[in-house]
Amino acid sequence: MLAFLVQRISQAVLVMFVISVIAFAIQDGLGDPLQQMVGMSVSQDEREAIREEMGLNDPLVVQYVRFAGNALQGDLGISYFYGKPTMDVILEHLPATLELVIGASLIIVIFSVPIGVFAAIRPQAWLSKFFMGVSTVGISIPVFLTAIVLIQIFSIGVTVDWFPQDAGWGQWLNAALSTEGGLPSYGRGDDLTPLFGTWESGFFSQGGILHLILPSVSLASIMLPLFIRLIRAEMMEVLQSDYIRYARAKGLSSSRVYFLHALKNTMLPVITVGGVQIGIMVAYTILTETVFQWPGVGLMFLEAITRSDIPLIVAYLMVVGLIFVITNTVVDLIYGLVNPTVKLTGKKA
Amino acid sequence: MPLLEVNDLVARFAVRGGDLTALRGISFSLDKGERLGLVGESGAGKSVAAFSILNLIARPGFIASGQILFEGKDLAAMSERELRKIRGNRIAMIFQDPMMTLNPVLTIGTQMVEALKAHRRISTRAARDIALTKLRKVQIPSPDKRLDQYPHELSGGMRQRVIIAIALLLDPEIIIADEPTTALDVTIQAEIMALLLELCEQDNVALMLITHDLGVVSQVTQRMLVMYSGRIIEQGPTREIINDAQHPYTQGLINALPQMGEPGERLFQIPGSMPSLKNVPTGCPFHPRCAFATDQCTRLMPEYVRSGNVDVACYEVSNLIEQEKRMQEVES
Amino acid sequence: MTTATLSRWDRFRESFLWYSFKRDKVAIASFIVLVSMVLAAIFAPLLAPADPYDLAQINIMNSELPPVGLDGSDPAFPLGTDAQGRDLLSTILYGTRVSLLIGFGAVVLQAALGILFGLLAGYLGGRVDSILMRIADVQLSFSTLMVAIIVGAVFKASFGNLMFGEIAIYMLIFIIGVSEWPQIARTVRASVLAEKKKEYVDAAKVMGFRTRRIMFRHILPNTLSPIFVIATVQIANAIISEAALSFLGLGMPETQPSLGSLIKSGFDYIQSGSWWITLIPGLVLVVLVLVINLLGDWLRDVMNPRLYKG
Repeated sequence: MLAFLVQRISQAVLVMFVISVIAFAIQDGLGDPLQQMVGMSVSQDEREAIREEMGLNDPLVVQYVRFAGNALQGDLGISYFYGKPTMDVILEHLPATLELVIGASLIIVIFSVPIGVFAAIRPQAWLSKFFMGVSTVGISIPVFLTAIVLIQIFSIGVTVDWFPQDAGWGQWLNAALSTEGGLPSYGRGDDLTPLFGTWESGFFSQGGILHLILPSVSLASIMLPLFIRLIRAEMMEVLQSDYIRYARAKGLSSSRVYFLHALKNTMLPVITVGGVQIGIMVAYTILTETVFQWPGVGLMFLEAITRSDIPLIVAYLMVVGLIFVITNTVVDLIYGLVNPTVKLTGKKA
Repeated sequence: MPLLEVNDLVARFAVRGGDLTALRGISFSLDKGERLGLVGESGAGKSVAAFSILNLIARPGFIASGQILFEGKDLAAMSERELRKIRGNRIAMIFQDPMMTLNPVLTIGTQMVEALKAHRRISTRAARDIALTKLRKVQIPSPDKRLDQYPHELSGGMRQRVIIAIALLLDPEIIIADEPTTALDVTIQAEIMALLLELCEQDNVALMLITHDLGVVSQVTQRMLVMYSGRIIEQGPTREIINDAQHPYTQGLINALPQMGEPGERLFQIPGSMPSLKNVPTGCPFHPRCAFATDQCTRLMPEYVRSGNVDVACYEVSNLIEQEKRMQEVES
Repeated sequence: MTTATLSRWDRFRESFLWYSFKRDKVAIASFIVLVSMVLAAIFAPLLAPADPYDLAQINIMNSELPPVGLDGSDPAFPLGTDAQGRDLLSTILYGTRVSLLIGFGAVVLQAALGILFGLLAGYLGGRVDSILMRIADVQLSFSTLMVAIIVGAVFKASFGNLMFGEIAIYMLIFIIGVSEWPQIARTVRASVLAEKKKEYVDAAKVMGFRTRRIMFRHILPNTLSPIFVIATVQIANAIISEAALSFLGLGMPETQPSLGSLIKSGFDYIQSGSWWITLIPGLVLVVLVLVINLLGDWLRDVMNPRLYKG
């Protein structure tokens, strides 16, 4: 267990080191802090003096060590735009993103497992074929487009008048195909409950949850088809195995065979892939947050890019990198704990 | 009434472009406490026959027609719910590969207790106690430790012992063992076989042993069936068949055994290979490989004839018997 | 007729690929749709009623006209117009062209990188392998989209908006190609590892061929079918990535729009009821990506290569 832990953590540290070098390179290559701090009016000599004082003339290695040292203490510089420490800015925006990811993950887990399992158990049922068809189409729709369509249907509303209004069936069809809209599609709303620190939660009020619906459904829409396909494929493979037939030969009930014997084996690979995918979802939060003007780190990052707020960009990279590394490591550890055939030495027995 | 009686069982596999027939009407019976061997090459339909008894043929296989009478009740006509009460309880199975049979993510204890609980109203504690006695019975070292272990922590031989223990859990009437030792080390094979035989004799459990190993069949079973291309071509007392096989295929199988030949002599081989399910020859399916094949063999599947205590489906044999009869008539 | 005298076309018609294609309605339909979209994109200058790049043809008075069949539409603009008064049909035709160009270009680049690194990693093994695959792992765990966004952001910051807009097509091909190479590299590596064990490689070594020759002449041809399958799906991914980047403002400028930037520019007007500006290009994008994905699925089923799982 200890060896496994050490191996995984040292790997994580290595990855973080690489990310920090990249972040440092970006900061060094793009940001001229002087330009931002002092205007054009300062003379060349004065500039040089400030550069010297700030350590900008030191060898790159020295500068990197200083950068990494500060980063370790949570100091990632001052945002040009906000005029305060970038870490504070990120911490203010992080809860919104986390709640979005939590909402989307809930949707994914609640829907993908039953649908995937059903499609694996009854591959010939029309409902399975329908779900698989929908998920193929789902994979082909970019997340921002899903978001836009959702806004059109559930926020703006759709009025359908293709069918004759004078006929009863026409009226009915028109009404059935029209939607009222009205779901919020902008920001998080005002009904936020302060939890702790900078965390204000939307989970505890009707308004907060209503605001969460469209963004988290959009975010979930990219991963959901993927998970349904993955769970179905894995489950179908498991169902072919001897130990499933043996479980049936023991006279166990179908539900025990499916939901204990098969599902437990199915979920092992799904956990690994799933954990990584949840990490990847952070990338998609940028798109989702942009569409819904959701005040999370994704939108903040995009704004930082348009404002050329280099320190904030760099800080975001470091924080997101850290989140990726942590989720991947935690997923590995959970996998090791759940799967008895991994002896936690890092190799499969 | 025999304990198990299979009548004209037909099993098919539904594939694109028509069904493939894996069992072409097989009939046999099994008495209480009897040990029956089912012999044939791979692909002959032995395993399909074994699995069809509990209606466990893998999809897309299915039982097309025929009866499987267990204590007079037809298993083939039973609902899944009724069948579940038989599986593992009255008829238990032992699979070929112990590495693949036990669920890798559940402990041995869980997999034993759940089998008991599926058939009896019993506390987990009592179920564990039963599991423990059965593990002792199969002579597993430190059995109490095994209950909390996962399958991968046990060797192949030990796993097969666990599977035998699971088969014995509910004191079944019949154990169907599908090549129970094939996947094991040669040194362990004999041990496991001896254990299985001993336990069956002890509790008077009927054993249906599927194997391609004629040596094992001759040591363990009282009666045997020889299968070829989805049909039973010869069945009768094991000793009689081994000593004096009637069907040319069975003769070939026995001659192919190493210990039957002289040292240094080339082993006998049956020419050709068994036809695939897709193109089974007309008439006797063995005729393309048979040294005695005549025109007659290519037309119709031969009926069974009785020679001594053995039933055999072969024109060559039936013609010989007729000839003998005629000779006797002439003599008298 | 012997095999030698068969033309390529004859051989193709006798192949399993063609056989299963003829029997798969979804594959045929997808193929027809894809080919017509590609043709429409290639011949956009001939087919389009107007040239969206030509400012002289645009009249701001025509802005936000709905598609034909809705109130206030103008038959001159069958799919309506966008906020600047450009004919939507024409912009979509040109936009599809840009999207396809970037999609193909990016896949060519990532295939080149992926094949090179995959061959090196798989054939040489050892340290080269572990370094390359570790980079691939990190990049994949970051998700290709994230990498593309970061690279795009850095480029945009260092080139400036105007300059970036001018060379955006090349930039996007580069960004997407570089961020997606691990997908192909892992597939190539996996099949190289499988091929390496086979006897013909030993034979080639014994005959004294150089490493480079063995890699490219002997091993590579045998790994082509998984590459082909992956590349098909990757075109769809590249088109989606391009659309995502453009939607974020890190891609094609509005003056030279791709489908993604069309969707983006239309999104600003969706609240005012002009849904067509964003949803019609969106539909085109989805159909394009969907048919490529369906063909990819079909190819995967037919060729059944050992794809890298995960």
